[in-house]
Amino acid sequence: MSGGTLNLLIGLAMGLNLLALGSSRLPSLIRAMSLQGVFLGVMPLLMEYETLNWRVVAVALATMVGKGVLIPGLLRRAMRAANIEREIEPFISFVPSLLLGAGGTIAAVALARALPLLPEHAGTLLVPGAIASILTGFILLIGRAKAISQVCGYLILENGIYLFGLLLIHSTPLLVESGILLDVTVGVFVIGIIVDRIQRAFDSLDTRKLTTLRE
Amino acid sequence: MNQFLLIIVPLVGAALAAAWPSNRTRPWFLPVFGLLHVVLTFWLFINPPVVAPEAWLGFDPLARAVLPAVSLLFLICAAYGVSYLRIRSERPNRVFVALLLAILGLLSAGHQARHLGLLWIATEAVTLAAVPLLHFNATPRAFEATWKYLLVGGTGIALSLLGSFCLGYASLHGGGVGDLTFTALTAQGAGLSRPWVLTAWVLLLVGYGTKMGLAPMHTWKPDAYGEAPSIVGAILAGGVTTVAFTAILRVRSVVGAAGEGHIADRTLLLIGLFSMLVAALFLLGTRDFKRMLAYSSVEHMGILSIGAALGGAGVAAALFHVWSNGLTKGALFLSAGNIRRAAGSPSMDDVRGMSLLTPRSAAIFVTGMFAVTALPPFGPFFSELQVIRAALAAGQGVATAMFLGCLLLAFFGLTRVVFGIVDGRPRPTTRANAQRFVETAGVIVPPLVLLGLSLWLGLFTPAILREAWAAAATQLFPAP
Repeated sequence: MSGGTLNLLIGLAMGLNLLALGSSRLPSLIRAMSLQGVFLGVMPLLMEYETLNWRVVAVALATMVGKGVLIPGLLRRAMRAANIEREIEPFISFVPSLLLGAGGTIAAVALARALPLLPEHAGTLLVPGAIASILTGFILLIGRAKAISQVCGYLILENGIYLFGLLLIHSTPLLVESGILLDVTVGVFVIGIIVDRIQRAFDSLDTRKLTTLRE
Repeated sequence: MNQFLLIIVPLVGAALAAAWPSNRTRPWFLPVFGLLHVVLTFWLFINPPVVAPEAWLGFDPLARAVLPAVSLLFLICAAYGVSYLRIRSERPNRVFVALLLAILGLLSAGHQARHLGLLWIATEAVTLAAVPLLHFNATPRAFEATWKYLLVGGTGIALSLLGSFCLGYASLHGGGVGDLTFTALTAQGAGLSRPWVLTAWVLLLVGYGTKMGLAPMHTWKPDAYGEAPSIVGAILAGGVTTVAFTAILRVRSVVGAAGEGHIADRTLLLIGLFSMLVAALFLLGTRDFKRMLAYSSVEHMGILSIGAALGGAGVAAALFHVWSNGLTKGALFLSAGNIRRAAGSPSMDDVRGMSLLTPRSAAIFVTGMFAVTALPPFGPFFSELQVIRAALAAGQGVATAMFLGCLLLAFFGLTRVVFGIVDGRPRPTTRANAQRFVETAGVIVPPLVLLGLSLWLGLFTPAILREAWAAAATQLFPAP
């Protein structure tokens, strides 16, 4: 098991989380997210390279293409359609987001120690990586005003869950794996359509304008 | 085989409806396939099949206790849908009809899922299928509601997947071989890793609780129910929330088997009471009668959660409440839809005197409101009474007092809004708008039938239903 390379990739993915939190320009946010998707796609190959079968290869390929190419492409299209390039005036601005993210990453490492792991997983950063990505996703979901940034946040949240799912890749049946990928892709696809519609209705992807419905 | 038909038949109906060329005749697919589904469900209900313990999907006692209610509600809403879509003939209904039928099929899969992953996939698919239904009206308000539904619902679904992974890892860590059926997980019992089980429980409760609409994860509900067509609201409130509730019940039985049942019960009780309190307070403040129904739904999800916290008797009472709440709430949603259409506004600031303009819908709405606030001969009174009895038997005196207090507050809130729109003299603008709406049998009979079913459920609760609820409670809480 090439644990060192795996941990390096997870570490890079955690670094990309911070990059995503600190970037105000949407193209760089999308780039960070898609690069993270490609790293995530390589990981199952590294983990299972001794007993490589077509299922693992399929999961890896689907992840790389889906998270690394298709979804970022869709988001770039939505971005051009809406004619916006940057996130101005987020709810949580960039430096506090970064500090929160960095604090969250440290907390994730500490928290992961409290959870018992099987011996074969004990040396990996999978659990802290997963928790850190989920936290990053939440910060982006809550802290950004533009719909595209929120979708990126949701995807980083999904990436964190995927990292956690890698713990189970050896034991869970194919159904769960393929179902996850399919649903994630479809989910974002639908979100993409909605973003498109929202843009037509509001002429901006600013969710701050979505405030008619309240008590 | 038949349990698969419950899923396949509506999906075939959805495919046919999507291919059907005529916008005018397409809505008839809803009642036709709804009726087929009801016949199949009740046939299975009367002749319950033997479910193999390792089966991923089956008409087991829990599915038997809940699915017939969902199927019945769908059929009646489908009958209403034919008249509704005739009124709305200016809008294309291809996607609407196809997705409603697809939701019926996916709900059947979700209720029958005995596998952690399959259950999640079905719930996720239902969530996505409901999205286009919410923005059927294509107004900016509907877009806003849909966006919030997607973000909140999507996050909830993501967390329930993470919870499923944690439960899977709990099994793996305890020496499991990756079999994620609920039977296998329950059998592993104390062998499951405790810290992972508790993490999984929190995540799954938050995740599926979002889908169910428990406070504080309920924020999508008022927007979605307020802006969606009332037929969608009725099916979301009576069907989609139910699948999340059965998911929580199934997970709860695994947590119980792992020896952490008391913690699960305490969290369910707390979140249930909190939901009731939040809903009651918002009911006192809202001025929109469709959003009011959403808060009432949050309140009743709280009641279900409290029932689930009280052991076998409480679960049986909660399953009874699934039936009585689903059917009564359906009558309220459909009659509210009529009033909304006639009045042209959902706000009590603009709408008054609907008892003069839409007398039949207003009568059903008021009666339904009394039914859902537990007036004696109707179903909800008896199911809530059973929850209270289970709570007192479990020694939860304080919780019972809070429960009753919230019911009273909710009653004040509901009567305030309902009588606000029903009483008084209608405004001239409302009067002009209402002249274009005719209370045909097609929009009056379905809510009336639902109200009748609620009354029948209260007065003559059939023995076979009681037996089905008790059997489901035994499945989840096997006698030690």
